[in-house]
Amino acid sequence: MSALLKPRSEPRRNFKYVGQRPIRHDGPDKVTGRANYGADFTLPGMIHGVVVRSPHAHARILSIDTREAEAMPGVKAVITGADIAQNRAQVSMGEGSGDMHDVSENCLAHGKALYHGHVVAAVAAMTLTQAQAAARLIKVQYEKLKPVLDIESAIAPGAPILHDHLRTEGRAAGAPDRPTNIAARAVLERGSLEQGFAAADLVIEREFRTRMVHQGYIEPHACVARYSPDGQVFIWCTTQGPFQVRGACAAVLGMDLGRIKVVASEIGGGFGGKTTIYLEPLAVALSRKASLPVKMVMTREEVLRATGPTPGSRTRIKMGMKKDGRLTAASVTMHCESGAFAGLAHRSTAMCCLSAYRIPNFFIESHSVLTNKPKVAAYRAPGAPMAMFPVESLLDEFAQKLGMDPIDLRLLNAVEEGDAAPYGPKYGPIGYRETLQAAKSHPHWSAPLKPNQGRGVAAGFWFNAGLNSSAVVTLDADGSAAVVTGNPDIGGTRAAQAQMVAEELDIPVERVRPSVGDTDSVGYTDVTGGSRVCFATGMAVIQAAEDVRRQLCARAAKIWNVEAEAVTWSEGAAHPPASLDKKPLSLKELAAQMARTGGPIIGRASLSAPAAGPAFAVNICDLEVDKETGVSRVVRYTAIQDAGKAVHPSYVEGQMQGGAAQGIGWALNEEYRFDAEGKMENASFLDYRMPVASDLPMIDTVIVEVPNPTHPYGVRGVGEVPIVPPLGAVANAMARATGVRFTELPLSPMRVLEGLDAKG
Amino acid sequence: MSRLHVETTVNGEAAEFLCEAQENLLTALRDRLGLTGSKEGCGTGDCGACSVLLDGRLVPSCLVLAAEARDRQVTTIEGVAEGGKLHVLQQKFLEHAALQCGICTPGFIVAAKALLDRNPDPSEEEVRYWLAGNLCRCTGYDKIIRAVLDSAAELRKEIA
Repeated sequence: MSALLKPRSEPRRNFKYVGQRPIRHDGPDKVTGRANYGADFTLPGMIHGVVVRSPHAHARILSIDTREAEAMPGVKAVITGADIAQNRAQVSMGEGSGDMHDVSENCLAHGKALYHGHVVAAVAAMTLTQAQAAARLIKVQYEKLKPVLDIESAIAPGAPILHDHLRTEGRAAGAPDRPTNIAARAVLERGSLEQGFAAADLVIEREFRTRMVHQGYIEPHACVARYSPDGQVFIWCTTQGPFQVRGACAAVLGMDLGRIKVVASEIGGGFGGKTTIYLEPLAVALSRKASLPVKMVMTREEVLRATGPTPGSRTRIKMGMKKDGRLTAASVTMHCESGAFAGLAHRSTAMCCLSAYRIPNFFIESHSVLTNKPKVAAYRAPGAPMAMFPVESLLDEFAQKLGMDPIDLRLLNAVEEGDAAPYGPKYGPIGYRETLQAAKSHPHWSAPLKPNQGRGVAAGFWFNAGLNSSAVVTLDADGSAAVVTGNPDIGGTRAAQAQMVAEELDIPVERVRPSVGDTDSVGYTDVTGGSRVCFATGMAVIQAAEDVRRQLCARAAKIWNVEAEAVTWSEGAAHPPASLDKKPLSLKELAAQMARTGGPIIGRASLSAPAAGPAFAVNICDLEVDKETGVSRVVRYTAIQDAGKAVHPSYVEGQMQGGAAQGIGWALNEEYRFDAEGKMENASFLDYRMPVASDLPMIDTVIVEVPNPTHPYGVRGVGEVPIVPPLGAVANAMARATGVRFTELPLSPMRVLEGLDAKG
Repeated sequence: MSRLHVETTVNGEAAEFLCEAQENLLTALRDRLGLTGSKEGCGTGDCGACSVLLDGRLVPSCLVLAAEARDRQVTTIEGVAEGGKLHVLQQKFLEHAALQCGICTPGFIVAAKALLDRNPDPSEEEVRYWLAGNLCRCTGYDKIIRAVLDSAAELRKEIA
């Protein structure tokens, strides 16, 4: 169970509902099976769509013959690239890619299949069985091209080129203007590397690798789309951002955004992977052609082959340190494998890798490199885990060489308020030092270890996002309230929003009904991502509730016949000016009189949130290694994180525990494996091995609260940073347990045995 | 295509449906009977989101043919609460915040019920191994395990 540490400064206010652990409002539906997810929805007359996927990782599409499929009984529509025009519009997709050419091309290939599993056609029929049978009859002629399957061959001179139009965004001055597989390059620098390394007493240089891994949400992508003869489009789908689905579908299909309504279902996990579109525009196009609603649901195999993953990476890193443990210089060169289309990892990896430390001299360059593999999607703190794993590994090695406590070494170099981030701005109040100190004083850090066990520690940084949010709070005559926002609730945000309304209006949290609106019922809202919902949308909720309170004061003023400014609000009631001999009017009393004092009360707010306060986390991992088999097991794990202010501590702990488990999977088991032709070899949950209950111990949590001054309650995002420390924490534990410094993930038994053998 | 007529018992009530010969029980429950509480996460028996009880035995309904339900007793998540009252497991999952996105929750509750029906006093390790066939990507399992252990303790109190 979590211990709540005292914040550095007193909280700005005392809370009555925030910080409590109420039962989530959507919980009863979820424990009884009533909640409706993407695949749980039907429309009258609905038919079923499936896609045809490329069996080649890289191939020119010479022809597609759909005649036989179209003649099959029950088939109502077949589409190919010819049915959806290519498009170059830019649309905001939150954390995801905004290039509609890439998004559109990834939904349905035009001319070239760029990875095994790339969609080349789709078919809709009366039954799923008919659609599947028809799909097998669509004849695609391919000219096979040599696939590019790793970073080295993608950037080698003369490599097969995925996109002839592509030039390196941000390429170095003087770089040749010719097609390339290096989609983009980001550079950050400070000071002088030469002087920095000259001042160092110790220099360590190593190369690290991580593989593509999948977000692993348990709910496959699913949607139902209906195109009406008058051009109105209705889409039901599982997504982290209904507004982004609307915008992206409009752009991909060349449709009027104002005619598309998107309803987000309950969402069965996303972790960034549901911030983009896959099936939605295909279902709309099929529905348009068939004049019937179309349902499409991916299989797990399709999810693994053609959605998600996070980039694989190669990092060359060199760091210099004084004998006293102070860092003097760092040089980082990263290549991130973004699959068949440009990704954003070059930017976030460059910005994240050194963000936790004061380093006077550094040079960072990071690249997005294209390979014939699925297009990467955001995955929880996208880029940060693989960017920080090499840094956290080297720090552990420095600590070993200097005989220093690795937490002390981090404390010596940790950024704090006023330090400049490598990407420019100065940090406001951040909780990295407090988080490190909490780790050091946790009993786990000093507990004895058993034979064959090692203890690793590592830290993580994540920016957190602000972006755009809207909220509406409506008051009912019985004094209850409803709150509507546009963010699908993945991890308990509705409960947190209800707590905020309860706090502002001083009504029991059970009297607040939180819900997720569709794109017609609430103002534009950016994705559920960037750890922004509790922070930014929460701020909109607080402001909307304040708006209700203001209106209640105005109603009381009207009843008392005084100026609205003379009325004050406290303890859930409007108070008259001292000069007036009247009893305060409670929210309930005012609500009951709404109809007579001016009509229903609706509070609303919309905002573009300021830069969110960055989040820091520290994890401690005890690993036990069987040196005969190479099998390792996490035997104790503690996650410590600065949440600013935990609105619903249980769900903050849940984020920390879930992120830790995902990170442990990334470190120990998970990886995309491809054969020589570029076909994913482990496209099932049996072979893509995510942690199960028997793989893990309890995951202890400590919530640190260093209030974030940009939020009225001090909240900072909590959802993403939990996945950043585990890679380093597990790898450092492995190094301490075995005496071997592993630089490549996952730490599978085979790799561990090879490392142990090499050590001798 | 000819369809099979299947008469069965679902959550204590007589039920019947027509299905294709190759159709699995999960599809029949969801698409024929409208019981969408059982979820498909993989279709290969690896994630446990479709867990149901067949004559009291825990099975992934995606690996059972719909026709195999003939004359059997099927219990789904919709049948776990009795008479509108949540089962102890359901209540404890809520109290312990043992769900985030909730897609795996029906499967976990059905699987945990199968465990507690057999073993009222499981150890943490027994719970972890029994539930190893159910994937959760959100919680790291911690709160799920606590909810199941607490449910077992509560049920023992009720019996005592």
